[in-house]
This record gives sequence, structure tokens and C-alpha cells, in this order.
Amino acid sequence: MIDVSNVYKSFGQNHVLKGVNLKVHDGKSMVIIGASGQGKSVILKCLLGLTKPNSGKILLNGVDPNSAQKNIILSKVGMLFQGGALFDSLPIWQNVAFRYLHGKQKINASEARKIAIKKLERVGLEKSFADNFPSQLSGGMQKRVALARAIATQPEIIFFDEPTTGLDPIMAQVINNLIRELVVELGVTAVTITHDIQSVRSIADEVAFLHNGVIQWTGYLNQLDKSNNKYLKQFMAGSTDGPIGTLR
Amino acid sequence: MIGLTAQTGRIFLTFCSFIGELIIFCVRVFANILTPPFYMRAFFSSLIHIGWLSLPVVGITAFFTGGALALQIYAGGARFNAEEVVPSIVAIGMVRELGPVLGGLMVAARVASSIAAEIGTMKVTEQIDALSTLSTDPIKYLVVPRLIAAFLTVPLLVGVGDSIGILGGYVVGVTQLEFNNTIYLINSINYLELWDILSGLVKGAVFGCIIALMGCFFGMRCEKGARGVGQATKSAVVSASVLILAANYFLTEAFFTS
Repeated sequence: MIDVSNVYKSFGQNHVLKGVNLKVHDGKSMVIIGASGQGKSVILKCLLGLTKPNSGKILLNGVDPNSAQKNIILSKVGMLFQGGALFDSLPIWQNVAFRYLHGKQKINASEARKIAIKKLERVGLEKSFADNFPSQLSGGMQKRVALARAIATQPEIIFFDEPTTGLDPIMAQVINNLIRELVVELGVTAVTITHDIQSVRSIADEVAFLHNGVIQWTGYLNQLDKSNNKYLKQFMAGSTDGPIGTLR
Repeated sequence: MIGLTAQTGRIFLTFCSFIGELIIFCVRVFANILTPPFYMRAFFSSLIHIGWLSLPVVGITAFFTGGALALQIYAGGARFNAEEVVPSIVAIGMVRELGPVLGGLMVAARVASSIAAEIGTMKVTEQIDALSTLSTDPIKYLVVPRLIAAFLTVPLLVGVGDSIGILGGYVVGVTQLEFNNTIYLINSINYLELWDILSGLVKGAVFGCIIALMGCFFGMRCEKGARGVGQATKSAVVSASVLILAANYFLTEAFFTS
């Protein structure tokens, strides 16, 4: 379970998170939506222990990702970065099997390669891509590789940062379907941040709407279109008229 | 007046914060050197990148520097009939000063820039964050192997550069200045002391640390965008070069003034 209580985060005079509260139950897929610059990525960085909140509490399966036990919980976490964040200097299979080659779960290289190829096949990539480098792949393929890396060590929690950004609608839907399948198949707890409404409808069990540094609305996917929250209604309609300003 | 004071104060505080950041970075790096895990593949790759691939640039620089030095000393020595000091001054000048300093500066230009650009690009494309989420300490994986490789290979490069520089002086001395080749070689070696050579190698090790630390430090604090990577690269090369020259003065003072 992921439990975020009363998290504040500022960068200088810029108060980005102003008391965020969020709960994601085991095996559920939570999608956090919101306009640009509202702090979605900052929440994700706090959840991963990459940025320390000024105050408040974050627990991932009972462990604070900013504590000394950070590595224990991170070994059970997978992350799909917005741009893939694949290591340019390593071939695809070494990217996927990175934890098996360098982490505490270290195994021999041929075993690691076998696992990497299995994971690549699971996300729809052929074995022949294993020895390519990330720069030789298209954006959609890089996302698949990043997804394979995120699921490589059977994580308990997966985070997805804008998984469909920069992809054409068909490839975006392929990635959405893959994410949904993997979340159900692996039974993981998932948190996704996105602007993409199609992604929300494909991936989410629950949705949280972040605006002005606080969660303005949370609910199940089927409640999303029925909400009376004025911010959420404007965001879902993609309208320029409403309480959400357009100058950001 | 108040504006000027405020501006000065701001610059001073920014400088202090930068120095503090650098010290914390160095402490983190040195604290990680002796504790596992050790990334041997990254270390050997750094050895090749920093050492082997820098050989041509260091060798060519040293060769022409040795040759130019021979010509200058000959021209200067001729004013008071001391042309015969050319071989020994070229040898001493190369191993004590020019070999380490020019070698260090050339490696700084080649390696500090490439380390800063590589790590800076990794930072802006979230690869450093990805390392952290994969339970891998970026300092251990990216900085420590480069630091150790630079510490070991820059002295070797300095040693090779010294030899090639002396060879450059020999070629010019024998072909253009009409020195006898045997006498030139004997005079080059006879006046050299072991400490002359060792001091240059120690300087090389210190310069290697400076190059790797500056490249990694500016890469790690790189800001977003192409401009950020460019700025990190420039800062790494400039600071490494300035620190090499400053360190060279203090090391020379420590080694040779007592």
C-alpha cells in the first residue's frame, strides 16, 4: 500500500506541494492527473525518494523511501520514466537486466540475458533487438524496453511517468494496454501520472486530480465524468474557460 | 550602495554554497571508494577512455613541446655560450613541469569535458534518477570508477609524455642543432634525478583526481537542456585547468623549495 499524508514540498519560494494526501491500495492502479506545472512529477520523485519532502509522510508498503531503508523498498519498485531513461552505453538486454547484473540480486550474465529476453518478449519485442543500443530503437520501442526493465525483477509497486508522451495514438494505446495487462498479471500496485485522458481510461482503477499543489478530487474511474469538481470538469473538457488559468 | 552590498553578499553566498556543494561531493566520493560494490566493467572502460585514448593527444603535445623547448633553450643558451645545456634542461623541464602540466591540461580538455557532457546528458535524460531507482548509487557507479582510473592513468600518461617530449627535444637537437646523438642522450639522462621523475608522476596523480572530480561534479549538477550540458562541460574544463595550474604551483613549492 502507498500512503502519502500531508506532504509539502517547496523549491525556494515556489511552493509546489501544499499538503498532498493520497492512498493507493495493494493491487490497484491509481492515475494522478493534472495540468502542467502542478507538481505531478514532484510527487513521483518524492515517492521514489529522489526528492525529500519538506514535511509530511510517505510510506511504500510501510517503508519511508527517504529513510535509511530506501534501498530495501526500491528493490521492490519498478519505474517507467517519461523519456525511457535507458542507459545509452549499454545494449538493450543489459538495460533490462541491470539489477541482475549490478544489484543485490546479482546473477551470472547468461542467466540475466535469458531473463531480459523473456521480459522483452513479454512487452512484444523480439529477441533480435537484445543486442541493439537504445539509440537504434524508435520511441515506442524504447518505452517497451523501459517497461521491460521496470518489470524485470517482479516489483510489488510500479510507477509510470507520462507513459504515452511522445507516442502516436496507436503506439500509445499499445503501451496503455501493456501496462494494464502487466498490472493485472503481476498483481502490482501502480501509480501513473499523465495528461492523457485515453491513458486514464485504459489504465486506472482510481483517479486523483492534482491542482495547485493539493489533491482536489479522488474517485473511481467510473465516477470521473460525473464529478462536479469545477477544476476537474474543465481539465476533462480540455476547455480554456474555467478556474484553471492558461498562463503557466 | 545598499544594492551593491546586497549584490556582493549574494555573490559571496553563492560562492560559499558552491564550495560547500563541492566539498560534500568530494567527501561522498572518497567515502565510497573503499566500500563495495565495485563496478569493474565501468572501471576498465574508464581506463581505456581516460588512459589509452588520451595517448595520441598527450604524445603529440609532448613531442612538439620538447622540440620547441630545445630550440628555445638553444637560442637562449647561445647568448652566453651555454648551448650544451639543451639536453639536460629539456629533460628536467619536461619531467618536472611541462610533461605533467601540459599532459594534465590536454587530458582535462579531452576527458573532463567528455565526462561532464556524458554525466550531464545522463542527468537531463533522467538516467541518473533511473540508476537510483535501480538501487545503484550514481556516485559509486559513475564517479568512483572514473576517479580511480584517472588517478592511475594520468601519471602513466605523464610518464609517456615525458619520454616523448625528451624524444622531441632529441630529434630537434640532433637533426637541426647539430648535437651528437650519443652525447645528447647521455646529457639528458645524467642530470636527471629520480625525484625529478617521481615528482612529475605525483603531480600527474593529483591532476588525474582533479580532472575526474571536476568532470563528474559539474556533470552531476548539470541543469536541464542543451545549454545546461554546454555550461557543465565548459565549467568542468575551465575549473579543471585552473585547479591543475594552481595545484602545480603548490606542489612545486612543496617538492622543490625546501
